[in-house]
Amino acid sequence: MDVNWIKDVDAALRQASEQNKPLFLDFSAAPM
Amino acid sequence: MRIHIKENPKGFERFGAQWTPTVIIADPKGTEHYRFEGFLPAGEFLPQLQLGLAKTAFATGDFGKAESLYRQIVREYPHADIAPEALYWAGVSKYKGSGDGTALNETARAFESQYANSVWAKKASVWA
Repeated sequence: MDVNWIKDVDAALRQASEQNKPLFLDFSAAPM
Repeated sequence: MRIHIKENPKGFERFGAQWTPTVIIADPKGTEHYRFEGFLPAGEFLPQLQLGLAKTAFATGDFGKAESLYRQIVREYPHADIAPEALYWAGVSKYKGSGDGTALNETARAFESQYANSVWAKKASVWA
């Protein structure tokens, strides 16, 4: 199952607020 | 949200992430309520995520949801390293939601039969 990751921090915060959902932040250094 | 060190180093600074992988669970307002660092296999990673959601629910006063999420961890991941912590906070969530101190006593007794050697059992022992 693919995950539709958001990379824009402010956009993610806005979406979480608008949808009243918690936010999962994944900080990675994995090969792109 | 995924923040990659090469794509967005300022994102790391913004949230104080100093190692990878770091996972943060925040509430809808962006307030952090849980984080963990380093690789974990799926059997430990998934309950950690759930613990983060439970802590977020607890912090926002949704004690019923928090208790449910904590108890689900104990039920579905009984051998996970954070299962004892989840049992402890399930009891606290029940108490906070009901105001009934017997929830704490029940939790102390639950630790007598599971996770008895954990630090969380020691923390709950005062409720016996």
